[in-house]
Amino acid sequence: METAAANRKTVTMKVRRYVMPEHSEKNYINQEKGLKSWLLTRDHKRIGLMYFMTSAVVFFVAGLLALTIRLELWTPAKTIIDAQTYNEIFTLHGTMMIFFFLVPAVPGILGNFLIPLQIGAKDVAFPRLNLLSYYLYLMGVIFTVVTILTHGVDTGWTFYAPYSIKSTAAVIPMTTGIFISGFSSILTGLNFIVTIHKLRAPGLTWGKFPLFVWGIYGTSIIQILATPVLAITLALVVMERVLHVGIFDPALGGDPVLYQHFFWFYSHPAVYIMIVPGFGIIADLIATFSHKRLFGYWFVAISTLAISFLGFLVWGHHMFVAGQSMVASIVFSLITFMIGIPTGIKIFNWLATMYKGSIRLKVPMLYALSFIFLFSIGGFTGVMLGALSVDVQLHATYYVVAHFHYVMFGGMVIALLGGIHFWWPKMFGKMYSETMARVSWFLIFVGFNVTFFPQFILGAKGMPRRYYNYLDQFQSLHQLSTVGSWILALGFFVMLGYLLHSLIKGEKAPANPWDARTLEWMTSAPPPTENFSYTPVVIHGPYEYQRPISEFQLGLINNDHHGGEEHEIEAPSGSPEMANA
Amino acid sequence: MLDKISRFFLPPAKSTFAPSVDNLFSFITLVSLIILIGITVAMIYFMIKYRKRSDDDVTSLVDHNNALEVTWSIIPLGLVLIVFSWGFRDYIKMFTPPSDAYEVNVTAQQWLWKFTYPNGKTSVGKLYVPQDRPVKLVMKSKDVIHSFFVPDFRIKHDVLPDRYTNVWFQAPDTGRSQIFCTQYCGRGHSDMLGTVIVEPQSKFDGWLKEGAGGKPANMTLAEFGKQLYASQGCKACHSTDGSRVVGPSWKGLFGRKVDLTDGSTVTADENYIRQSILNPGSQIVQGYPNVMPTFQGQLSNDQIDGIIAYIKSLK
Repeated sequence: METAAANRKTVTMKVRRYVMPEHSEKNYINQEKGLKSWLLTRDHKRIGLMYFMTSAVVFFVAGLLALTIRLELWTPAKTIIDAQTYNEIFTLHGTMMIFFFLVPAVPGILGNFLIPLQIGAKDVAFPRLNLLSYYLYLMGVIFTVVTILTHGVDTGWTFYAPYSIKSTAAVIPMTTGIFISGFSSILTGLNFIVTIHKLRAPGLTWGKFPLFVWGIYGTSIIQILATPVLAITLALVVMERVLHVGIFDPALGGDPVLYQHFFWFYSHPAVYIMIVPGFGIIADLIATFSHKRLFGYWFVAISTLAISFLGFLVWGHHMFVAGQSMVASIVFSLITFMIGIPTGIKIFNWLATMYKGSIRLKVPMLYALSFIFLFSIGGFTGVMLGALSVDVQLHATYYVVAHFHYVMFGGMVIALLGGIHFWWPKMFGKMYSETMARVSWFLIFVGFNVTFFPQFILGAKGMPRRYYNYLDQFQSLHQLSTVGSWILALGFFVMLGYLLHSLIKGEKAPANPWDARTLEWMTSAPPPTENFSYTPVVIHGPYEYQRPISEFQLGLINNDHHGGEEHEIEAPSGSPEMANA
Repeated sequence: MLDKISRFFLPPAKSTFAPSVDNLFSFITLVSLIILIGITVAMIYFMIKYRKRSDDDVTSLVDHNNALEVTWSIIPLGLVLIVFSWGFRDYIKMFTPPSDAYEVNVTAQQWLWKFTYPNGKTSVGKLYVPQDRPVKLVMKSKDVIHSFFVPDFRIKHDVLPDRYTNVWFQAPDTGRSQIFCTQYCGRGHSDMLGTVIVEPQSKFDGWLKEGAGGKPANMTLAEFGKQLYASQGCKACHSTDGSRVVGPSWKGLFGRKVDLTDGSTVTADENYIRQSILNPGSQIVQGYPNVMPTFQGQLSNDQIDGIIAYIKSLK
């Protein structure tokens, strides 16, 4: 954060306005051709697209698995598959969605594509490392999915000991696969932190970041600090299996509850890896489509860091009835409630941003507003689950399933979809059909609620999760939920249709279709490989819509260029480049 | 109002601490609903009132207000502290059994619940408890982690293989309530069910003294076997209609040749069935996992006779 003292140190720079062409004939997509130019690329935008393709495939497959689960639950006992297959399918669904979609998607796709653009850099700090991150992610996906399929892993995505040790499951290859992609997560986080610290455009101080940059920054911190615990867990599992040192397996004198502590010490912060960049997207969308300064910029930014930090201290709320000490449960409950405060601050500030704005209900904004609604439900039911006595009733029931789908899907996936619809024109230089996008948004919003809202009622009434068979009294709610899953799937198929259509036949997108003010909109659509043909200089905050666009297209004067309008602008110091300016 | 919410969402409240849990549930639901409606109405109102009218729209330049920030931090903070303390108070009660509680031992294993009473009597799948008296369950698992959950009583706790865990409850009224296993434990997880049967003290005492597992006079041996099939947990793994569950189906089993994993073939006669109940690992049917627990000491000779008679009847 910049201090008042640093604020006063200003430098004078010679800048002028640069206007990039709306479309650049040579852009990052077509400048180099051939498969090899993609597979060995070091361009952050291309790597972003590779994450896009891979995680879209993961989401598609894991989504089909979810449809299978819902279909099986149409009747109690067997509908289409047997119990063992059902258990393997929900394991695969959870593992793929959490570790290979929710965790890597936003940093991988949007983070890679946008962070250098938004801070006016040519690329991330370590482009080769960035490519390595992608391949580690890909290896992790392949390794884990193959293990699950060949070993018939049926433990659920949590791999609780001692069931995971006793069942046919291959715990070591399984955890290894997740660890490999965890390494990708660590390297990505490291790359972004260094990039954000060192490669900012002159004048781009911390108070001028688009909120998405804050979101990725918060996420990166969690990725770096939490993911190694997964490695420690793996090391302990290997020690136990190979050297027979009792750690988690009671047969060897280990403690299965300890496993849960390790597991959630990573996996709870991982929840915030998934959602924190989503907060950033939503703030950008709401400010842009309200055409107004983001209300409470610093409160929103700092609450991101507060959530990232508190996220480390609440893992025990997964274990109120698991056998941890009562004192621990009480402390974890209290800290869990504290996370509600910064989350509430964000929601209220987003609302206040809309107040006296000039609101356009474009598709990305529809996603942003549905995010507020759905994520609030996710948050309130989180408060319910944080309440000790109530959690005893709701723990491990469909209430929890509904809660985390409201947070993960209603939150993270909706934010990602909003982000993709917002930045799509920039990524591909094409527009999509606004009408079809609205139809798809509507189907997804309705389908999601029909699928998951009944699960709150099911869970409160006592329907446990991970049940293949269930009591007849739960059938009608289960069927409602299954019907919802079909509406939801239909929404995604519509989306697949119009996005493919956009890629092939979509009309050309202008460079700044939403009249936004952040740097990524000042370059062509799609951007050239080097992002900007000049060194951007930032003098205003990211949401100063009342100022003319020309004040956001400034760059350092290059010796090769003469003429044009020239300005001398005093900009606050703070970025490292400023020292050399 | 709170009552209506809990009746809509929650199962009937059949333990002494259920009403307070339900009130907290309903309180959180109600407050959340009010705030959610507030947020949604504000959102829709702003959407309409401040929709874009022209490219020259002038938007407010106000970008923060510290008093507002403090307000919307302090009010939620107060609310969550109320919720925290309320949940905390009841949670302590739930896991602090009174010292005079009636104790029943619970053994969980894949995929059945076994209850052992102070006089040594056992029951499988059915937990008999006296009405309106604190009952403490001392629970352990024989294999993996399970979780003992009675929605009507609002109690749940994991059952661990390496230590004892407790829950307790007091049921003011007689009746039956569902038991679920809520920690995923494999193929039969969703069939690891049970029933709590709350009876008046005198009736409960009578049941407790009754000779373990005798056949009621008004039943045939096969009917008795059918009842045991449901109550002793056989049902979770063996079907009676020929379909494959975890273990072999009982339909048409009696008298058939059975291929074992050691390559030998045996005829499924009375001794084979008895042996399979008491020492299941000794004769594993080809193509099935060795997962059945022994029923040695849990079933009397009469009961085994009943089960054999029932299998014979499933032609």
